[in-house]
Amino acid sequence: MDWRQLWEICSAPDNVPIVALIPLLAFYCYLAWKQAKGNDELIAELETSPAMAKTRYRKTWPFEPGWQKEVHVWPFLLRIEFLAAIIVTIVLMIWSVTLNAPLEEPSNPNLTMNPAKAPWYFLGLQEMLVYFDPWIAGVVMPTLIIVGLMVIPYIDTNPLGNGYYTWKQRKFAIGSFLFGFIILWVAMIIIGTFIRGPGWQWFWPGQTWDHSRLIYEVNRDLPDLFGIASNFGKAIFGAVVVGGYYLAGGFLIHALFRRYNPKDYQRMSLLQYSIMVFFLLTMVALPLKMMLRLAFNIKYVWITPWFNV
Amino acid sequence: MPEENGNGKNGKEVGLLERLKSALHEDVQSIRTDMPTKAKEQIEGLKKPTKTAVYTSIFRHKHDDTPRNRALGVLSNVFLHLHPAKINRDAVRYSFTWGMGGITFYLFIVLTLTGVLLMFYYHPTKLQAFRDVLYLEHDVPFGKILRNMHRWAAHLMVITVWLHMFRVFLTGSYKAPRQFNWNIGVLLLVLTLLLSFTGYLLPDDQLGFWAVTVGTNMARATPLLGHEGPFGKMLGMTPYNDVRFGLLGGSIVDANALLRSYIWHCIGIPIVASVLMIVHFWRVRKDGGISGPGSVVLASEDKAQRGPRHA
Repeated sequence: MDWRQLWEICSAPDNVPIVALIPLLAFYCYLAWKQAKGNDELIAELETSPAMAKTRYRKTWPFEPGWQKEVHVWPFLLRIEFLAAIIVTIVLMIWSVTLNAPLEEPSNPNLTMNPAKAPWYFLGLQEMLVYFDPWIAGVVMPTLIIVGLMVIPYIDTNPLGNGYYTWKQRKFAIGSFLFGFIILWVAMIIIGTFIRGPGWQWFWPGQTWDHSRLIYEVNRDLPDLFGIASNFGKAIFGAVVVGGYYLAGGFLIHALFRRYNPKDYQRMSLLQYSIMVFFLLTMVALPLKMMLRLAFNIKYVWITPWFNV
Repeated sequence: MPEENGNGKNGKEVGLLERLKSALHEDVQSIRTDMPTKAKEQIEGLKKPTKTAVYTSIFRHKHDDTPRNRALGVLSNVFLHLHPAKINRDAVRYSFTWGMGGITFYLFIVLTLTGVLLMFYYHPTKLQAFRDVLYLEHDVPFGKILRNMHRWAAHLMVITVWLHMFRVFLTGSYKAPRQFNWNIGVLLLVLTLLLSFTGYLLPDDQLGFWAVTVGTNMARATPLLGHEGPFGKMLGMTPYNDVRFGLLGGSIVDANALLRSYIWHCIGIPIVASVLMIVHFWRVRKDGGISGPGSVVLASEDKAQRGPRHA
């Protein structure tokens, strides 16, 4: 166990935000989960007693008789905003006094940094470069993430859970988002920051960064495993595999979705439904491709003269 | 022959000198009598500064703790009037909103202030950029803490934007009628990351240089528009005319890239982000204000009979 190496990584000034992000995220996940649990219990209670559902007990903190429903922004909101500003300023001050912003040697195009890492918030995408070509990891994926986020309100037809924390009423939506945000985005950033060392090789936390380490790894392409040699055959084979994944996966999602989310299924238009299936399958394709690489050393699935997937 | 100096024939006409004398006497007398009174009044007035003309011209209402004044305090202030006068009692609960949107905006203000101060000491040229940062760190009074604050506020802003989006998703606050505002928010998220990324290069050190090299190398591989991307060559893309060239102002990360980075960072993106922020905040108000904890809706109340709605 190389504690010094571990400390060097964790205390690198630009890594400190990620060290801070982990407990912050854990805390807010807990805060959300606690309120979702409270609301879910309340919902379960109200479902069994329709009489109670007609009363004011529609919130975990219902209005007591005699309470004002609305309070003045001044002072009740503004004092919170003011306090928040002061607290953030103090945190920033302390942070800025105790930790210096990094400054390396002057830039030198002839001296490559190893590892050369993007800013920490893009490390998830850089980690994807291991498994995908740059045009996917660096261009298509960010575009799909942005577009995918933007279509969320238009494909989520579930009217429940609008304006309160809940898990049971929105299992599918929240599950998908947590998968995308926590596992695909934050976890990849953590791997990119704490695990990836020189040569973008995998170093466990506490393992010494060995700059001369070589890994003998022969990556194969999926068509090779099936003995397909011709370029034309590889292109057709890859198209069949990728197309087959979207068809079979789409069918699987269809089978599950109409069973477990019948109301949403009924509500969604064909366009909404197909967009949802496409983004879900694309999202799931990332860990699948990673597994293919890690478990079977497979580099490409689909090889064409113009692009490889 | 004219008479000299007011010695009139009948002695009644007062001469100019006499009149001047008495007038002066009156003036002196008035200073003696009026001024102390006025001074007393002034001192009395200073005891009530809120009654002065200057004060009342700035603050248009009283500050006694009445409901009317509480509302006016928000509504008659240009900076506060984005808020409504009153707000849902639950919506001020920190555990619900986490306050991340507001904190993000506050960090944007902090970054603007520290950024403007940093601009006084920084030249976006290969010759001076790195030296300017050294100068800031070692010679400019409070230069080090200025740079540190700018850096850490930027990182913190990325985190708070993510947490804000996370909370909005978890409470379903992107649902009708707030769909459009969620989209504005996604664009603001992208702009936040781009702001941080363009700032990364500016110290012109190894860290920023290689991070931006890694980042912009991806643009080479842009489908159609990058010279290493799918179908790029077919469309005549070379390192000297593709999208990466447009980003960097050259085929390598060099002086032009530094300048472009600087202009995007200090002018281009902040303007676009500010415009979108205005829209974002405006829509928060128009779409029903801060999303307070709503009353729960039961699954039995969701009939799902409206049929497919078109996206």
